[in-house]
Amino acid sequence: MNNNKEVNIPRRSFIDYLLGGSILALIASVLYPTIKFIMPPKVPEASQSSVKAAKVGELAPNSYKIFRMGTKPGILIHTEDGKFIAMSAVCTHLGCIIQYRPDMQHVWCACHNGHFDLNGKVISGPPPLPLEVFQVNIVGDEIIVSKKG
Amino acid sequence: MEKNFLYEWFSKRIPLKNMIEFGKKKTVPVHKYSVWYYFGGICLFLFVVQVLTGIMLLLYYRPTAESAFESVQFIVTQVKFGWLVRSIHSWAANILIAASFIHMFSVYLMKSYRPPREMTWLTGFFLLLIFLAFGFSGYLLPWNELAFFATQVGTNMAGAIPLVGGYIKTFLRGGEEVTGATLIRFFGFHVAVLPGITTVLLAIHIYLVQVHGMSAPIGIEKNKIKEEPFFPNFILKDMVGWSLVLTLLVFLSVFFPWEIGVKADPFASAPVGIKPEWYFMFMFITLKFIPGKVLFFEGEVLGIFGFIFAGIIWMLLPFFDKKAAQEKRSTFFTLIGVFVILYISVITIVGYMLPGK
Ligand code: FES
Repeated sequence: MNNNKEVNIPRRSFIDYLLGGSILALIASVLYPTIKFIMPPKVPEASQSSVKAAKVGELAPNSYKIFRMGTKPGILIHTEDGKFIAMSAVCTHLGCIIQYRPDMQHVWCACHNGHFDLNGKVISGPPPLPLEVFQVNIVGDEIIVSKKG
Repeated sequence: MEKNFLYEWFSKRIPLKNMIEFGKKKTVPVHKYSVWYYFGGICLFLFVVQVLTGIMLLLYYRPTAESAFESVQFIVTQVKFGWLVRSIHSWAANILIAASFIHMFSVYLMKSYRPPREMTWLTGFFLLLIFLAFGFSGYLLPWNELAFFATQVGTNMAGAIPLVGGYIKTFLRGGEEVTGATLIRFFGFHVAVLPGITTVLLAIHIYLVQVHGMSAPIGIEKNKIKEEPFFPNFILKDMVGWSLVLTLLVFLSVFFPWEIGVKADPFASAPVGIKPEWYFMFMFITLKFIPGKVLFFEGEVLGIFGFIFAGIIWMLLPFFDKKAAQEKRSTFFTLIGVFVILYISVITIVGYMLPGK
């Protein structure tokens, strides 16, 4: 009798583990593909590191243009004194697209009133980080913007 | 005769008799706060309006980045009464959220959440969250500029949560950026996922209200006050409320038709004066006032955690309110409620008064 009991208990919990384990395995085998399915596949980023942003003469002084840098927008600014400056146009705060304010002569984000200077540094507002500044080269009549290595 | 026969036939198959009996036996307390009893029903009514107008819009709407904006334009300009249906859908969404807030705060201040109604409070709380999710996902569907940036900011906020934020963001956006993939995803949430969840929650919520009956505010003794039968007295008054809401809805839709805006361009600067919808305004402004860095934390992360934390506390307050559970006045909890209402209203008004710079 006693013997029987001693044998039974481990056998019982063994079956419990087996059952519990297979239920867990079942749940996992349903959940894993489900989660993998709903997370979108990575699209290979056409990570262009250099683009033709504009033609010289296309931009009047003290104005700006948004251009495509791969999948992200960049901003090209023609300053009052004739310089071309390019940086990422994605605000480091919550990702709105910034603009150049001719009246303030610096960069501004409409979403939460973030201000950046022409070196991409935050002047005021909530953005936590500076904007990434790009290199600008003028080749012929084309303005080429490229990421700084 | 025939009517009777039909009634008999159906009541054998469906428990009609029991339902009518239940409706007749069910009573609703009558007292000076009884007005607040109607807001739950108003929410329900508006939800039905949303389902019906939503299905109608589905007949013409196309959820792709290329044609979403145009299809809404088509609905508004070409489809007969399209402008009306779309306007009603948009206005009803806003009134529904407003009514849900009123419903929630009245329930809170009257302490109707006290035992045994904690689960009713919980399901109601989740319904409000779902309605906000409906608002957020539906806002993007016309694919206009404001919607585009609202989604940009909203999904980025989710992305600011440490560890899991990145995954949540990618999941919501259907990729790294807000694109046509995001639009299709939000469409799926808006017309399939959220309605499914709502139906279940709503069924539980309403079932619980039936099981527990209407709560009488603390200090009003249940056996001393007047009661009126639910059927037909209360339900008729309910219907008066619904027709008033419907009138308001049609009035707003006709005289202030919902705008379409400018088609979203993922490569254009955010427009000046960009604002979220009014029911997200208090969060928007609060985040705006938190500096970029607080000690070692990013202001954003801190603000978002603050809101999540506050939301969880709010959801659980009924479980902390031991006094109300004993039918005693609990001034402290009333004060919390008043504070929350004041905070939300004042900050929202400030949001609309701030210049857009
Ligand atoms: S997204 Fe630019 S300031 Fe918030």
